[in-house]
Amino acid sequence: MPEPASTFGAGIDSIYYIILWITGAIFVLVETALIVFIIRYRHREGRVAAYSHGNKKAEIVWTVIPFILVLFIVYASNDIWLEVKRADQGGAAPADALPLRVVAKQFEWNVTYPGPDGELDTADDFVKRNQLHVPIGRAVRIDLGSEDVIHSFFLPDFRVKQDAVPGMTIPVWFEATRTGEFPLACAELCGLGHYRMRASLTVHEAADFDLWQSQEIAASGSPTGASEIDTERANEAEISEGEESA
Amino acid sequence: MSTTQLLAPNVTAQHWADPSHPDDRPFIRRYIFSTDHKTIGNQFMFMSLFFLLVGGALAMMIRWQLGWPGQPMPGGGVLPETMAPGGILLPEFYNSLVTMHGTFMIFFAIMPLLVGMFGNWLIPLHVGASDMAFPRLNMMSFWSAVPAGFIMLASFVVEGGAAGAGWTAYPPLSAVPEYSGVSTGQQLWCVSLIILGFSSLMGAVNYITTIVNMRAPGMTWMRMPLPIWSLFITAILILLAIPILAGAAIMLLFDQTIGTTFFLPEAGGQPLLWQHLFWYFGHPEVYILILPAMGVASEVIANGSRKPIFGYPAMVGAIVAIAFLGWIVWGHHMFQSGMNPLLGSSFMLSTMIIAVPSAIKVFNWLGTIWRGDIHFHTPMLNALAFVGMFVIGGLSGVFMASTPVDIYIHDTYFIVAHLHYVLFGGSLFAIFAGIYFWFPKFFGRMLSPTLGKIHFALTFVFYNLVFFPMHNLGLGGMMRRIYDPNQYGFLEPLQPMNTFVSVFALALGVSQLVFFFNILWSLWRGEKAPENPWRSNSLEWSLASPPPHGNFEAMPAVYRGPYEYSYPGRGEDFWLQGEPPDGGAVHAPTGGAPVGEGVPQ
Ligand SMILES: [Cu+2]
Ligand SMILES: [Cu+2]
Repeated sequence: MPEPASTFGAGIDSIYYIILWITGAIFVLVETALIVFIIRYRHREGRVAAYSHGNKKAEIVWTVIPFILVLFIVYASNDIWLEVKRADQGGAAPADALPLRVVAKQFEWNVTYPGPDGELDTADDFVKRNQLHVPIGRAVRIDLGSEDVIHSFFLPDFRVKQDAVPGMTIPVWFEATRTGEFPLACAELCGLGHYRMRASLTVHEAADFDLWQSQEIAASGSPTGASEIDTERANEAEISEGEESA
Repeated sequence: MSTTQLLAPNVTAQHWADPSHPDDRPFIRRYIFSTDHKTIGNQFMFMSLFFLLVGGALAMMIRWQLGWPGQPMPGGGVLPETMAPGGILLPEFYNSLVTMHGTFMIFFAIMPLLVGMFGNWLIPLHVGASDMAFPRLNMMSFWSAVPAGFIMLASFVVEGGAAGAGWTAYPPLSAVPEYSGVSTGQQLWCVSLIILGFSSLMGAVNYITTIVNMRAPGMTWMRMPLPIWSLFITAILILLAIPILAGAAIMLLFDQTIGTTFFLPEAGGQPLLWQHLFWYFGHPEVYILILPAMGVASEVIANGSRKPIFGYPAMVGAIVAIAFLGWIVWGHHMFQSGMNPLLGSSFMLSTMIIAVPSAIKVFNWLGTIWRGDIHFHTPMLNALAFVGMFVIGGLSGVFMASTPVDIYIHDTYFIVAHLHYVLFGGSLFAIFAGIYFWFPKFFGRMLSPTLGKIHFALTFVFYNLVFFPMHNLGLGGMMRRIYDPNQYGFLEPLQPMNTFVSVFALALGVSQLVFFFNILWSLWRGEKAPENPWRSNSLEWSLASPPPHGNFEAMPAVYRGPYEYSYPGRGEDFWLQGEPPDGGAVHAPTGGAPVGEGVPQ
C-alpha cells in the first residue's frame, strides 16, 4: 500500500494491520496444524485411526474464540468507519471544508471549483477536466455524481473510494497531509475506456493553492464572460465580491 | 422417530433394479434424454467440464493481455477483427472476456458441477432411493441448462459481441447499449440466465423432495452423509435465491428492450436497486458455490483419514448457520456504493459472524484428520488442499468485511485473489476431489492415480503462484477489470508481478489438460472399478460400478451413520451403512452420531 496521504489514512491502515496480525496468526496456526497432522498421522503399517466422533469442549472453544475475535475486529473497524464516513454528522464534511463537485462521465472526471468565493453554484465557479487540485491541511468536501454509468472515485494514496452513481449525489471528504501529485483512478468497470479513466490530484500548500486558483481563472478568462483583456480586473472584482459575501 | 412417517406414498412405488430383466431402454432414452439421475449427473459433468474449459480459455486471454499488454497473442490471429485485430486484444473484447469468464465459471461450470453433477450423482444413492422424486423434471433441468449455455456462448458471435458489463452487470452500463457498446450480447446474457434459473429451480425442488421424502428406512436426518446435508441446504438456497436473480434479469431485459426504467435514473429508476437485488441473490449464491464443496470435502476427508467425521452435529449446524447468515450479508458488496454508511456497519457485523461457522468447519476437519490413519489417494490430496486453501480464502474475506479496509481494497485485485481462493482453491479443489472419488462409481473405471497426482501437484503449485501474488497486486492499488494497468504510473512497477502471474496462469491452464486427458483416457482404458475402491461407507459403495438402472434391487435398510470408520474390534476399518449388524448384537459406541439404534422396519 502506498504511504497514506490523508488524515484518516493511517487509521485505516492500522485496522488493516490489526487484521493482518490476527488472521496471520490464525493462518500460521491452522496451516501448521494441518501439515503436522498430515505428516504425523500418515498411513503406516499397523497404524489404527482413533475412533472418535468429536469433543464438545473443543467445539465450544473453537466457537467462542473466533466469535470474540471477530467482535473485536468489528468494534475496532466500526470506530474508524464512522470517523471516515462522519456518520455522527450525518455524513457532512467538516464545516470549513473546501467544497468541490466532481462529476464523472465516460471516461473523464470533471471537477467544479468554487472559485474565490468558496461557494459552488456561483458565477466564479470554474471547471477543470481530469485535474483535481486541493490545499494541504484543509478538509475537502466533494459532491460526487455521474452523468452516465457508475464510476468509482478512487484515490489510492488517500484511502478514498466512493462509487459515483447517476441520479445520486454522494458526499466524499478527505484532508490531505502531504503535498505532491497523486493518481485518481476509476475503480468500477464503466465501459470501453474504463482502464484509461484516470486523472491527477495535486495537493498544494495553502498559499500555492490560492495562487493556482487565480492563475486558472486568469488563464480561462473571466468566468462572468468578460473579455480576456479584462480578465485581471474581473478577477479582482470576483475576489472582492467573494470577500464581501464571506 | 418412526421413519415410516417420513416416507411419501410414492416411495413404495419406486422402480428398483431388476437383475433378471435386462436394461432394454433404447440408446436415446438411456444416454441422451435419460431420466436416470446417474446419467443426468454424468451429463452435467460433461457439460460443466466443457464450460470449465471455455472459462479457462477466456482466463488465459485475460492473463495474456495483463502479462504482456498490447502484444499480439500467440494464436490470436484466428480471432475476428472485432475481437483481436492482428492478435492484439481490443479493450471492448477484454471487457467481454472478464464478463464471460466470470459468468461461465460461476453459472455454467462451478455451480452445475457442484449442484447438477454431485446432486444427481449422490442424492438418490446416498438416501437409498431408486431415482429422484421427479425424474422427468430432472431431465428437463439438464436439457434447459444446455440451451442456456449455448445462448451464452453464441453471444460471442452476435453483432457487438458478448456482454461486457462484468458478471455483476451493473446498470446503467448493462442496460444502455450506447454506454457499453454491446446490445444483443447483453440481452442474451439476461435471457440465458433466466433460462438457467428455471433449470436450477427444477433441480432444487427435486433435491428437496427426494431428500425429505425418499430416505430409506433407517436413514435418519442425522445419519445422512454430509454431502446430502449440504446439497439439501443448498437446494433451499437455490429455491429462494434464483427467483430473485431471474426477476432482476427480467427487469434488466425490460430496461434494455421495452423501455422500462427500473434501473435508469432518467425516469426515476435506481441503479442501486439492481445491486441490492443482484447481491441479495449473489451472496447466497456464494454459499451455493461452497456448501456442496464443503460436503464433498468432508466425505473424502473422513474416508481418507479412516476416522469418523469430527463433530458431525456441529458440521450440520455450521452448514445451516452459514446458509441462514448468508441472507443478511449482501450489503458487504456495496460498502462503497453510496449506501448509507450505517448500513455498512450492520452488514459488517453479520458478515464477520459468518467467520464463526466457517471456523467451526475448518477446526472439525482438522479434528477429523487428527489421530487418523491418513491415506493419500488423489481425492484426499485434493480435499486436503481444499481445507488449506479455503482457510486462506476465508481469512482474506475478513479484510474486505472490515468496512474501512474495504475502502482501499474494494474493486482491486485483492478481491480477485480472495474470490479465486474460495472458488478455485475451495470449490474447484473439492470438485476435483469429488470427481476422482466418484468417477469410478459412475463410469466403472478408475481414474489413473499417477495422472491424478501429477495433475494435483501441478495445479496446487501453479494455483498458489497465480493467485497469492494477486493479494499484493490489490494492495498495490491495482483495480479489477482494467485492460491495461500501465495507463497508471503507480501501477507500472507492478508489471513484472503481473507477468509472473500470467506465466504461471498459462502453466496452470495447461496442467488442466492432464485432468481432461485422464478423464477421456480412463473412460475407455482405465482400470475396472471394483464396488468399493475407497473402502467407504455410504450406500452406493455396496452396488456395482456403475449401479444398475433403479440402483438398489429392493428398498435398502440403513443401520448406522455414514462415518463409522475404524470401529474398534472390527476386522475392517470401514462399516457400510447398509450392512446388517452381525447377530443383532449392536454395540452402540459412545458419543457423536447415533449409531445402530435398532433395526428399521
Ligand atoms: Cu469510470
Ligand atoms: Cu458476499
